[in-house]
Amino acid sequence: MQISNHKDFNAGLLFILLGISTTVLARSYPIGTAAKMGPGYFPFILGFMLTVLGFVISLKNLSKGRGVRKRALIRFRPVVFVLSSIVLFGLLLLPLGLLLSTLLLILISSMASDEFKMKVAILNAFVLLIIVLIIFVYFLKFQIPVLPAFLGGRT
Amino acid sequence: MELLSNLALGFQTAISPQNLLYCFLGTLIGTVIGVLPGIGPVQTIAILLPTTFALPPVSALIMLAGIYYGAQYGGSTTSILVNVPGEASSVVTCLDGYQMALQGRAGAALTVSALGSFVAGCFATLLIVLLAIPLSELAFKFGPAEYFSLMVFGLIGSIVFASGSPMKAIGMIVLGLLFGVVGTDITSGTQRFSLGIPELADGIGFVPLAMGLFGISQIINSLEQKEKREILKTKIFGFWLKKKDLKEVAPAVARGTLTGSLLGLLPGGGGILSSFISYMLEKKVSHNPESFGKGNICGVASPESANNAGAQTSFIPLLTLGIPTNVIMAMMAGAMMIHGIQPGPRVISSNPELFWGVIVSMWVGNLMLVILNLPLIGIWVKLLTVPYRVLYPAILLFCCIGIYSVNNNIFDIWLTAILGFSGYLFVKLECEPAPLILGFVLGPMMEENLRRGMLISRGDPSIFFTRPLSLAFLLMAFAMLVVIAVPAIHRKREEAFHEEGEEG
Repeated sequence: MQISNHKDFNAGLLFILLGISTTVLARSYPIGTAAKMGPGYFPFILGFMLTVLGFVISLKNLSKGRGVRKRALIRFRPVVFVLSSIVLFGLLLLPLGLLLSTLLLILISSMASDEFKMKVAILNAFVLLIIVLIIFVYFLKFQIPVLPAFLGGRT
Repeated sequence: MELLSNLALGFQTAISPQNLLYCFLGTLIGTVIGVLPGIGPVQTIAILLPTTFALPPVSALIMLAGIYYGAQYGGSTTSILVNVPGEASSVVTCLDGYQMALQGRAGAALTVSALGSFVAGCFATLLIVLLAIPLSELAFKFGPAEYFSLMVFGLIGSIVFASGSPMKAIGMIVLGLLFGVVGTDITSGTQRFSLGIPELADGIGFVPLAMGLFGISQIINSLEQKEKREILKTKIFGFWLKKKDLKEVAPAVARGTLTGSLLGLLPGGGGILSSFISYMLEKKVSHNPESFGKGNICGVASPESANNAGAQTSFIPLLTLGIPTNVIMAMMAGAMMIHGIQPGPRVISSNPELFWGVIVSMWVGNLMLVILNLPLIGIWVKLLTVPYRVLYPAILLFCCIGIYSVNNNIFDIWLTAILGFSGYLFVKLECEPAPLILGFVLGPMMEENLRRGMLISRGDPSIFFTRPLSLAFLLMAFAMLVVIAVPAIHRKREEAFHEEGEEG
């Protein structure tokens, strides 16, 4: 047995995993009857459908012949830096305020690129800071703390 | 007469100074976005959704619609000048547009695409005006069974022309429907799939979902690839069309407009499909088909008219039946719901100024595009030199601030990061995220109509097959499933052939 297309096979596995967990969770809600459906009815059907689809997709890609190696290429640098910059922004926005967390978001996310240059990133951060202050704080008047909380914080 | 008064109301709304401004802003932002490769209308609308919350609903929708057709327009500019489609629906324009540019006819290509789009926009607007009232009246006759079947039809239809495996696309729809289930069940008040997280009690937010799946994951994916761009160095001149060109182009524009308008109405239609089909059609009816791909002016005129017409008529199913037929319409539906407007037949009667205002604004916006863009073409070309490494942190920043501002809630930022990562995984597994968004938007409505339908029939599912309209929708959905299945067989065969060829 060989896997002919890894992307499809793994997608099928993902569907099976999500489908089964959905059906299990859905069973913990009242299912009801066909005429009076409870909150668990619709998700249960969907979970079941997803599981079946997952099996069909995965099994279709288990063939006896020689497989095509079609694996996903994953590079860690973009994923790690982009996602961590967002999470960090969420963590720091309230305690540190908009100015500092924007600065950090731009600097960290800029590192995700292969062509990262500190100078460019810093310049970019300052230009964006000004734009953000003008658009979001001055014009749209978003309720976001601008300065760090320990400096008296709120806008 | 009623039509005229409706149009008058639309004009009144659309040309109020405030709405004119937002229409202008929308088309402007849209054009910029369309020109910048690597970021398309779907991402832009996702990113800018929160910014429009501060506006009244009419202005917000006018601006979002402007972004949509503005982006379509900007996309053709890069297709012609750089041979890089700014967004998907202008892929075809590259074929002949870039060739025309190489032959020194970039100006003519740009003019043709602008005028073609404008003509198509005018026609599509008229079509919306004519079809809106009858269609929404038809929709009022729909019971839950009809609605449910219509949604099945819409969802299946949306994946007919999607790239990649249709099985996976159906899986993504189901996943989207499930995402829509998360939160408090309206009927019983039960918390479903909220995993004990209080922020999930209201369900997964549309903005984090759209931004995560389209904004964030797109950025990560673009960063994995190297950017390559070549900008045409020649000066752009000769915007005026010759008489001979006009004669040649006029019927092509007409054909493109008709094809586009028709396809825009169907599920899965809209800009992308329209431009492809009209290009093929143009090649078929042409006297010298071999000149296509070598700078034939009709090869620019027809698809450009078609994608604009399709972009606009795809609003019809959304505004009259409440069914978004493609991702962008799902975005618009999301935007409407966030503003407290349920897309559907009631929009015309309950928010007439919104309905007619948005429609007339499309016409106004198209006019703006023509007037604005041809003289400003130099600026757009300069924009192409902005490197992605400067651009994407800015997009991320706008995303993060925007998400937070929707509910003033930090949790939404983390949710977006999680969904962004899921979106990235989906792309790696070659699962299109678009069907997921459609399923998400339609999920709650589908469940409600399924439950109501089954309640009416006392648990007998035959209600979906015995009511004629409902049966018709289901049959059409089934027919499309068959259509999907057949080319899949062909493609599989082709793949097999290729492999054998390579090995042997």
